Amino acid sequence: MNVPETLPGLVTECGEPVFNEPWEASAFALVVGLHQKGAFEWTEWADVLSETIKNGPEETPYYQSWLSALETIVSQKALIDEKEISMRKSEWEAALVATPHGSPIELENGK
Amino acid sequence: MSHDHDHDHSEWSDMELKVKTLESLLLEKGYVEQSALDVIVETYEHKVGPRNGAQVVAKAWTDPEYLQRLREDASAAIAELGFTGRQGEHMRIVENTAEMHNMVVCTLCSCYPWSVLGLPPVWYKSAPYRSRAVSEPRKVLSEFDVDLPDSTKIQVWDSTAEMRYLVIPMRPEGTEGFSEEQLADLVTRDSMIGTGLALSPEEAAA
Repeated sequence: MNVPETLPGLVTECGEPVFNEPWEASAFALVVGLHQKGAFEWTEWADVLSETIKNGPEETPYYQSWLSALETIVSQKALIDEKEISMRKSEWEAALVATPHGSPIELENGK
Repeated sequence: MSHDHDHDHSEWSDMELKVKTLESLLLEKGYVEQSALDVIVETYEHKVGPRNGAQVVAKAWTDPEYLQRLREDASAAIAELGFTGRQGEHMRIVENTAEMHNMVVCTLCSCYPWSVLGLPPVWYKSAPYRSRAVSEPRKVLSEFDVDLPDSTKIQVWDSTAEMRYLVIPMRPEGTEGFSEEQLADLVTRDSMIGTGLALSPEEAAA
């Protein structure tokens, strides 16, 4: 099959990776996992994702929208509060700085 | 941010940092379990894919009673083969004929029949496909190398979180006496979205 030029990002059936980067798989699994554990209805998720895609720039990569929508639904459902999120982000940033390139990145490394 | 080539510590993209932050907190709080997350990724990367849908189509081509059950309650008929959706969505089949070609889109996001087709291809999620499939389906089809005669009407189905569509492509000519397994090899993912046709035996062998 030819790859139509007018549909950017269009790829053929063979050899297409399901996820381009590991974080995409993690974000995907978190949403399905939260839904399986009853954190939200799938229709609620579809609504949040649709809104996120509609309101974002048209060229936003799909899993970036997916991740933004995950952040939104986590806060809507009050699963984690904002303070905890920003604190954890700083902890990971500290862990990254403290972890030599190539070593496993653990939260403890930054403490 | 300036890029310092002398650094030797680890780095993540913003996306990685965001995911890791949420994941670590959600795991700690017990909203998700690591083992369940691993199973989800494993399943969608390796076990669920368009081969599931191809089996459904091949059976529909060869077993009129099964086709009837698909028409009446596609979710139940598909579950007979062991494929069940995780999102509780309803499945509906749409059958291609010489007069009517069906194609599926999700204009809002990317609702897709995961249980039978796996995860959607990149183009299905793209903004141009989501808008142009509705506004100029015949042109989009020709870009997929599908040129239908003018006498064939095109019906576009917009998926929702509650309703997903599986296209049953036309059975290729010259396949009389083929087994379900042989037929399933002719059924491509795109033919079940409606952006392709089932392969002829010659095309499949090529």
